[in-house]
Order: sequence, then C-alpha cells, then structure tokens
Amino acid sequence: MRLFASISSIASAIFRRSQTNSELEEELRSHIQHRADDLERTGLSHAEATRRAAVEFGGLVHYKEESHASMGTMGARFLENLIGDLQIGLRALRKSPGFTLVAIATLALGIGANAVVFSVLNAFILKPLNLPGAESLYMIERGKDLSPQQSYPDYLDLRDRNRSFDGLAAYSIAPVGLDTGNNPAPAWVYEASGNYFDILGAQPFLGRFFHASDEHGHNSSPYIVLSYGYWQSRFQANPAVVGSTVQMNKHPFTILGVAPPGFRGSELFYSPDFWVPIVDKGQVEGYDSLNARDSRGIWLVGRLKPEVTSAQATADLASIAAYLSKTYKKDDDETTFSLAHPGLLGDMLGGPVRAFMTALMLLAGLILLAACANLGSLFAARTADRSREIALRLALGSSRNRILRQLLTEAVLISLTGGAAGLAGGLVLLRWLSAWQPVPNFPINLPVNPDARVYLVSLLLAFVSGLLFGLVPLRQVLRANPYQIVKSGATGAAGRRFTFRDVLLVLQVAVCAVLVTSSLVAVRGLLRSLHSNFGFQPQNAMLVDTDLDMAGYDGDRVAPMQRRMIEALQTIPGTTAVGLIDHPPLALGWSTETVFEDNATDFSTSKAAAESMMYRVSPAYLQVAGTTLLAGRDFTWHDDKNVPRVAVVNREFARKLFHSETEAIGRYYTFSDGSRIQVVGLVEDGKYRTLTEDQQPAMFLPILQSPSSASWLIIRSNRDPQQLATAIESTLHTLDPGLPFTVRTWTREMDSALFASRVATVALGVLGGLGAMLAITGIFGMASYSVSKRLRELGIRIALGAQHREVLRAALGRSLRLLTIGSVAGLLLGIAATRVLAFIVYQATPRDPLVLAGAILAMLLVGLVATLIPAMRALSVDPLILLREE
Amino acid sequence: MPDQAQLIPGTLDLLILKAVSLGPLHGYGVLLRIGQISGQTLLIEQGALYPALFRLLRQGLLQASWGISENNRRAKFYELTTQGRKRLGEETEGWNRIAGAMASVLSATPEEI
Repeated sequence: MRLFASISSIASAIFRRSQTNSELEEELRSHIQHRADDLERTGLSHAEATRRAAVEFGGLVHYKEESHASMGTMGARFLENLIGDLQIGLRALRKSPGFTLVAIATLALGIGANAVVFSVLNAFILKPLNLPGAESLYMIERGKDLSPQQSYPDYLDLRDRNRSFDGLAAYSIAPVGLDTGNNPAPAWVYEASGNYFDILGAQPFLGRFFHASDEHGHNSSPYIVLSYGYWQSRFQANPAVVGSTVQMNKHPFTILGVAPPGFRGSELFYSPDFWVPIVDKGQVEGYDSLNARDSRGIWLVGRLKPEVTSAQATADLASIAAYLSKTYKKDDDETTFSLAHPGLLGDMLGGPVRAFMTALMLLAGLILLAACANLGSLFAARTADRSREIALRLALGSSRNRILRQLLTEAVLISLTGGAAGLAGGLVLLRWLSAWQPVPNFPINLPVNPDARVYLVSLLLAFVSGLLFGLVPLRQVLRANPYQIVKSGATGAAGRRFTFRDVLLVLQVAVCAVLVTSSLVAVRGLLRSLHSNFGFQPQNAMLVDTDLDMAGYDGDRVAPMQRRMIEALQTIPGTTAVGLIDHPPLALGWSTETVFEDNATDFSTSKAAAESMMYRVSPAYLQVAGTTLLAGRDFTWHDDKNVPRVAVVNREFARKLFHSETEAIGRYYTFSDGSRIQVVGLVEDGKYRTLTEDQQPAMFLPILQSPSSASWLIIRSNRDPQQLATAIESTLHTLDPGLPFTVRTWTREMDSALFASRVATVALGVLGGLGAMLAITGIFGMASYSVSKRLRELGIRIALGAQHREVLRAALGRSLRLLTIGSVAGLLLGIAATRVLAFIVYQATPRDPLVLAGAILAMLLVGLVATLIPAMRALSVDPLILLREE
Repeated sequence: MPDQAQLIPGTLDLLILKAVSLGPLHGYGVLLRIGQISGQTLLIEQGALYPALFRLLRQGLLQASWGISENNRRAKFYELTTQGRKRLGEETEGWNRIAGAMASVLSATPEEI
C-alpha cells in the first residue's frame, strides 16, 4: 500500500507539473508576443519583431527552470531531470566507448567478486539452515578441542538427562551397499536416531519417516527413507517403490518413504542418498559400536526449548558432563560439553570456514575499494578532459549542482551496469560451484543459492561504489572557473603535494600487492603439498574401495575373503604388489585409539600416553603404499590371532611412547582394554588426517589380529590405469558378483585431502589476478592522466633538449614512486597476512625467496605494462606541434 | 542605454508589488510600468521577472487570473492581495528608512563629525 501511495503521489506531482508547465509556457509565450507587438509598432517586420522579442527575453529554458523552483514544483522536476541526465549520460558514455567498457569491466569484476564471496558467506554462515525454526537448533560439542564427535551411550545419557532440549537427535555418515535386485552399488547414508525427522521438523514427500517408536533395540528397525535426489536417480521417481523391500548390505530393508526435495538434513555440504535408523548401525557398518562409550563417531543436533537460553542449556550440559565424568571415569574423564551452530559440523568445519570466508570477504571488499579508487581517478581524469565542456555548460547558465548530478548519474549508470554484469557472471560461477562435486564418490557439494539478500547487497554495493567514485571529481567541478577555462583551456595546476587521489592509488597498489603475494604463497603451497612427503606414494597406484559387510561378510568370513582378493589381484599381469588397509591415510574418515604405557594400570583418558592414528593393514601394505620401513620388520600372514599382538609404529609414536626412535623395536605398549602390543617395526612419519596437521603418532596393526571389514585394496602396477581398472573389476566380479566397490587412482582419491588448499588457492589466485588487473588499470589511468596534463611542459623540456630519461622521469616519476610505495606496503602486509593462510594451505610460508621474488616481479610487470603506453606517448611528444597549438 | 541603473539585489520584489498596486497587470505590463514610473532608469531583464512573480504568488502576496490584454491577446493578470498590500506598506517604509540613512551617510562632511 505504501508503495502504491508513493507511486500515485509522484504521478500526481508529474500531472500537476505538466499542467503548470503548459500554463507557464503559455504565459511566457504571451509575454514575448506582447513584446513583439510593441517592436512591430516601432516599424519592424513581424518576423524580425518576433525574433528580437525572443532574443531579448533571454534563456527561456533557464527561466522556466527558475520559475519552477520558485513555484515549488521541483519534486516532479527531479524525475524529469533524472531522465534527461540519463539520456545525456548515455550519450556521453557512448561517445567514449573505451572508457565506458574499461569502467564497466572494472566494476563488473569488483562487484562480481563480492557477489560470489558474499553468496558463499551468506549460504554457509549468515543464513540459518533451511529447516523450520532453524534458529533454535544446536549441535553439542565435546571437550576443549570442540569436537562434535560423540558416542552413542553418551548420546542416550544426554538425551534422557537434559532439561533444555525439546529433543536431541543423533546422526552419522556411513557408506553402504544397496541392492535393488542384482545391482549392488555403494551409497552414502545418514544413520539417524528415530526422533531425527521430528526434531528437524521435516515432512515426508511420499510415504512416512521413521520415528522414535520404530526403535526396538539393535538392528530392530529395517527401514530406509530415500532422499528426493536418490529416489529420482536410482528409482526413476517411481512412487511404487515406497513399501518395497531392498537389500542393504545383504539385509532386507523396507523403503518407508521419500524426503521432500531440498531436504538434506542438518549438514550443509553433505547430501545423503538415504536415511537408516541409527539402531541398525551393526548392519550398516558391519560393526556395532552402539554400546561402546569410547567409540565417538556420531553427531548430535537438538532443538532448544523456547524458554531456555543457550547459557542455561550450557549449564545444564555441564551438570550432565560432571555426572558422566564421575560415573564413567574410564571413558568420559574430564568431559565437557558446549553448544555450536549446526551446518558445518559445529566448529570442526565451521571454525576454519568462517575464518577463511571472513578473510575472503575482506579481500573482496578491498578489491571493490581498489576498483572504486581506480574508477575515481579515471573519472577525475575524464572530468579534466571534459573541463571545456563543463566550463561551457557553466557559462551557458547550468548550475554546478546540475553538472555534478550529471556526472554522478553517469557514474551510477556505469556502476549499475557493471554491477549487473558482475552479478550475472557471479551467478554463472555460483551455479557451477553448486553443481561441483569436489570429492570423488562422496556426495559433498556446496549448495549456494543466491537469495534476495545477495541481490540487494550487490545492488547496494554497485550504487554506493558509483557514488563513491563519482564524487572524486567533486572539487574539480566546484572549483572550475568557466571564464578561465574557456579562455585559455584547462591548465593543469598540477600540485606537487600528495593528493587524495595519490593516497587512493597507493592504497590500491598495496591491496593488489597483498593479493598477489597471498595468491603466490597459496599456489606455491599447493604445488609443494602436491610433491610433499605424505609418508606414502600415491603415484602409479590404484585403489579399490569396498566394505565386505556390504556383501554380507561378517566375523570369521571377512579375513579369508580379504586374503583371496589380494591373491586374485596379484595375478593380474603387470601388478607388482597388492596390499590392503581399512582406511587409507588422507582419505575421508580415520580412526584413532588411545594408547598407554606398558605398565599402566589406570586406563582413564587423562592418563593416556597418546591418542594415535590406527590403521589395520595386510602384509606388504607398507611396501605397496611406499611407506619406508626404517627398522624392524613388516607383517606376515603369520601375524594372526594365534600369536602375540604386534604393531608397526611411526617415529612420532616412538618418540611419544618410548622417548626414543632407536629403542622402540621390541618394546611394548597397551590399549585401554589392557591388551599388550609389541612394536616390531618403525616407519617414517606421514600425513594422516589433513595436510596441515601437526605431526600425529600412528600405528599399523596386522589385519588378522585387528579385523576390519572396511577394505581398501592398493594395487601397484605399471599398466595404464584404464586397462588396469577393467582388469580389477572383472577379477573382483569373478570372486563375488554381489560385492559393491569402486576403483580409482590413488592420486584421484587424494583430491579430498587437497580440497581445502585447492579451494583456497583458486579463490586467492582469482582475487590476486583481479587485484593485479585493477592495479594495472589504476596506474595506467594515473600515468596517462599525468602525461596528458603535462604534455606542454614535456614538449618544452624536449624542445630545450631534455634526454629521454629525463622526460620519462618527469612524466612517470610520480606514478612509479606511488607504485613503489604501494608495492612495498602491500608486500609487507601480504607477508603478515600469509601467516593466517598457513592454517589452510600446506606449508604456506611467505619467507620463501621464490614467492618474494615472484611478488616483486609481478609488481614490476604490473608497473611496466601500466606505464608503457603513457611513456611512449610522452616520448613521442612533438614540441613544435604542441607549442603552435597554444 | 548608458543611464540604466543596476538593480540593487532584493529590490525586484518591491518594484513588482508597487507596479501591481497601481492596477492589475500582466507580466509584460509589469515591465513596462516599472520602466515608465522609473523614467526608464530601472530596466529588468525580461525573463528574470517570472521567477519573482511566481515567488510572490506562492507567498500569497499576489493573485493571478487569465484575461484579455489591451493587444487583444490572452494574458495572465496579477493584482495585489490584502496581504500583498500590507507587505508593500512595510517594505516601502523599510526602504525609505534605509534610503534616508544611506543619503545622510553619503552626504556627511568632515565638519559634521
């Protein structure tokens, strides 16, 4: 209604104005006619009298304008002026297409970068989850390091003892094999507690969800709920599948229903294929950890009661933590709980993502600022070039106000066009980003759907930047003296002192140097991480990812099958070695185990000697993976349940437990269940969870002594990966046609580990490129402006016999000085900023001479490119022509 | 016209009020009347008249209506409102005070001090 009212008030103002306008015109015409009548009476011809009357009257338009001002019909006048300004602006911009294009492109880059970064920031951090009442959803994190991982028994205690939540749901991610009839294929699922859908407030698209009432103990609830996407892709959107039975890991499960489109649970990045009740964990993972209080692999999300504040909830959780620490001293010693926002695994992903996105947003803002500074100097230069036009308009009676408004209209016209172009480009990029699957065979993606807020922010940014750079020539216009300029042309009273524009340029160059430095650091870090020592050699190796429990193997049937697979794959021609591990290092997911010194009697967590990475491997794994054995021996197939337990450990483990690498062989340590392990081998350190982690202790256990159905086979071969993959597939099919698995190269699998640094590198690389481009156009604008302003002076210098070097120094010295100041400041800032980068990018160190040299070289190149054309123009000045012109 | 005086800023409104007080006039007529009663000394730029007329109209000192001029043309005639007549009186008084003061200042001689 308000909108309608304001439209109608503008409309009536326009109507009223057109009325007064026609009346005013008639009155003025009548005046001129009366004057013409008088002139005619003095003997002039009618035509001559009319002409002279009109001339005597003076500037008709100007007086009409003033009359409107005194009648108070200016409001509507504003709109009319605006349209006029727009027309003039469009004409002026069309007349200088080069300037217009450069300006629009500059802004498109600036706004586009901001739109993309803001969209991501908005989607991941600002916007609450796309769930009803998402503001009251919280995750529960554990311990000082804010880990979201909880154990199921702890979950039950938290669920039943808290007084703050309307409900607390548990969920975790797992791979399964799904067979709808002789087509086993791996799928990724959410294991979810019965109350999960009710707490998240979801309604089924088809059929029904499972509920708390469907849980009747372990493996009691053989139901699955399909995600909308999976229902479409795997079941061709057939509604009849609801109620049908499928084989999951060789267990019959009934499809209960289909989740609505867009529903993907409470984690932003993960889109599951379907949901199964968490009480079926035994059947889903082949190993039932529901009773193990120290097995922490599930996440909790709860809905806070409306009357409970988060502080009250935290206090409530603290009392439960105290209870758990006291009651289960062995597993829950010194437990604490805290609340976190859901969406990015609490603070586990949320922390780094928030930090990185904030930094990126800051950089994008700086880019836009640099773009504005850039355009500001371009505009100032243009205004200077148009000083004659402006002077003429002032002399013809235009007010300074009108001229300023005209210039601002042009600026905003450019900024809005640039903004629209940037936003359009950004949207394309975002669609691509949303469809991107960064990690093979794992349903991770980054759904970024720009909403009204993104459009609004982009529009606002465009408008504000238009005003910002449009106002730079303000003083030029206000101080312009029309008579002086029309008489003698624009004489650049180029001041020697540093002006506001110089500060802008230095700022811009500094921003650019920061961006160039940090992107170089990131690129270098990525290159180095690709060639760094992981503690294994992913080159020329194939991975087969399977889980034997997906094909119904359990208990004692697992190990023989694993051995048969290894032996079968060894017969493939070209294969040099085959090994097996439960989870390869640097892949998604890992397991750790607390270890104690040999003579330990107190197995509470606080007394542990270390929390070590744990890998269960076959004999020859170490050799196949390329992990160097430093001392001792590798496992053999004789390291089975009939002999004492043994382990191979890495150097960090040896240092932590035995305070010596050399004396580790033959020593013992214990697990929390009291079992003793003897160290038989020592291997090099490696990377296990992420590339940027601190060195972790790790132990390798023989798979026959620590069975696991999760099986990653590693095949080292010199054959072409494509052929090898086909051979591997047919070999495994012959062995068991019901076994779901995937085959890919180990380097491809590494993509998940390199994901974060890749994203950081690409983002910083793009911003660095943008920054460099802006610096080039900025310095170019400044340099060509100063050359054109001082063309006459340069001509005189050349006429007086100045050498090329002196001319160049006079023409470009100032620009180059500003460039140097900016670059040095930027480099120093960049070096400081890369300390932050080191958290994300592997070995990001700014003290790398190559990076420093690269950044300096880049800035030199920027300077060279930007000043080349103005320098040539300065040198080609012909003093004779110039002086004759004056 | 060498004997034409530069109009003192702010006096245009007063001149218009005075001219119109002698009888309703259209815009061009206002100019003629001012020229006539000032003995062609005070000449006003033709276009500049109208913004002033509209200002006075808006302040309620003048009222306007369309009519037929002596040249048999349609024209807008202006006349004083009651408020306008009152303002004319005040402004005239003020002007006379200032003019008198200015005259005595300018005619001062060293002996008078």
